[in-house]
Amino acid sequence: MQQLITTLLNGLTMGMVYAAFALALVLIWRSTRIVNFAQAPMAMVTTYIAMVLIEGGLNYWLAFILALLSGFVLGAFVERVIVRPVEGKSDINAVILTLGLFIVLHALAALVFGSDYKSFPAPFGVRGITVGGHSLAITPFGIFTIVAVIVVMLLLLLLFQKTDVGLQMRASAFNPEVARLLGVKVSSMLTLGWALAALVGSLSGLLIAGGNLVHPGYMDSVVVFGFVAAVLGGLDSPLGAVVGGLIMGIALSLVSGYLGSGLVSLAALLILVAVLLVKPGGLFSHASERKV
Amino acid sequence: MLDIQGLSVAYGPVKALQDVSFEVPTGTITAVLGANGAGKTTLLRTVSGLMRPQAGRVTLDGTDITRMAPEKMSRLGMAHVPEGRGVITELTVEENLRLGELGRARNGDPVAIERMWEMFPKLGDRRAALAGSLSGGERQMLVIGRSLMATPKVLLLDEPSLGLAPRIVAQIFDLVRTLVDEQGLSVLLVEQNARSALSIADLGVVLNLGRVVTTQEAGALAADEDLRHAYLGF
Repeated sequence: MQQLITTLLNGLTMGMVYAAFALALVLIWRSTRIVNFAQAPMAMVTTYIAMVLIEGGLNYWLAFILALLSGFVLGAFVERVIVRPVEGKSDINAVILTLGLFIVLHALAALVFGSDYKSFPAPFGVRGITVGGHSLAITPFGIFTIVAVIVVMLLLLLLFQKTDVGLQMRASAFNPEVARLLGVKVSSMLTLGWALAALVGSLSGLLIAGGNLVHPGYMDSVVVFGFVAAVLGGLDSPLGAVVGGLIMGIALSLVSGYLGSGLVSLAALLILVAVLLVKPGGLFSHASERKV
Repeated sequence: MLDIQGLSVAYGPVKALQDVSFEVPTGTITAVLGANGAGKTTLLRTVSGLMRPQAGRVTLDGTDITRMAPEKMSRLGMAHVPEGRGVITELTVEENLRLGELGRARNGDPVAIERMWEMFPKLGDRRAALAGSLSGGERQMLVIGRSLMATPKVLLLDEPSLGLAPRIVAQIFDLVRTLVDEQGLSVLLVEQNARSALSIADLGVVLNLGRVVTTQEAGALAADEDLRHAYLGF
């Protein structure tokens, strides 16, 4: 029983991280039809930025927020400078660009920050909370992870549903041409979308890093699990990304806890195959209307 | 109000419009008629900035808008209702209208959304529904309502009758005529349904293979049997 609870709590925490990462992928896919494979190394770079700031003596939380902001700026930069020139060309061009960026950022990070493992500080204890004499798998940092992701998601929901900018962003994603005719600056909305996505991706990077070892490739497994989570939920659906992330987190944690941690990647692959066979559009897809 | 001079547009080597000139006077409906492929939609897309012309000039109320980006047009008072309705199906009815309001012309007075519910009670009943769930007629009402929220001076309408029942077409055309008469709107209407279009238009422009065949008063055009048979199919 205790092992089950431990496994589920672990899964929930990781699930929130995958959810955030999947959401970052969905935000970009929805507006530009690009799977941003560089999301992981972009988050890795911002984590290193946070680490350098903290090692330089800056307050943890200030560094955390600055790293998120640097993710925001990096996302906008990547869209404007790297993706923009291939806009309107075949989608595969942009995808290959993001793969290239993946490799370049990896190499740059290894050059600038070194390719060895470094420990990233955590602001809270990373030892389990004790309840009634039993030590649970949920740590104060795990609780922070869950709360931080929920808060960011609620803020995004408010932005998209309740503000004019959010409405214009959704219009740009759903129907860029009509949005332009209605006076929406679609290209600015795309930049903002990439920036927000990179911010959310950076959040997941920082949350995984907290209390762990980081190296230039530490986010690479997350891009796989986050991508499967996004496909599972439906690449078009932010809600699907969150649910997909949680399902992935819990499922992989169960596999790791009961079957062996070596099977986690295989399980992720099986989930991906199962989704593509049974419901290729994902759990939350709605068949899009045919344009006549 | 809207002045089109010597407009030429090409898709690669294919000339879609050649030396097209005519004017949309203030407070009138100018109908551009012609068969499929005559260049009608290209004309509207060029006027609203979605396509770049090879040559020619478009002015809106004296301002040269020839190569202006489409997203700047709504602030100048131009609303383009594209072919196939152009509602954003994934947004609600109310959100579609709010989008229109966000692009309101610089000197336009805000239109209360309640005004739209009065004008289109059916939309009011379904304000929280996704626009994709509306019928074709309701969608056409919604896009017209949405452009009114932007307080335009010039309305570009691309095939509003497409795929609608004759009764609904009559309703929509009546509405457009009323808007022109009551609010002084200027309308550039592109239609394949020449008979209905001429019944509400002031001027008619006949396009054939990208060239203007003739520009006449709508009544005179409707009465010219040879032209009608040759180009308008009725």
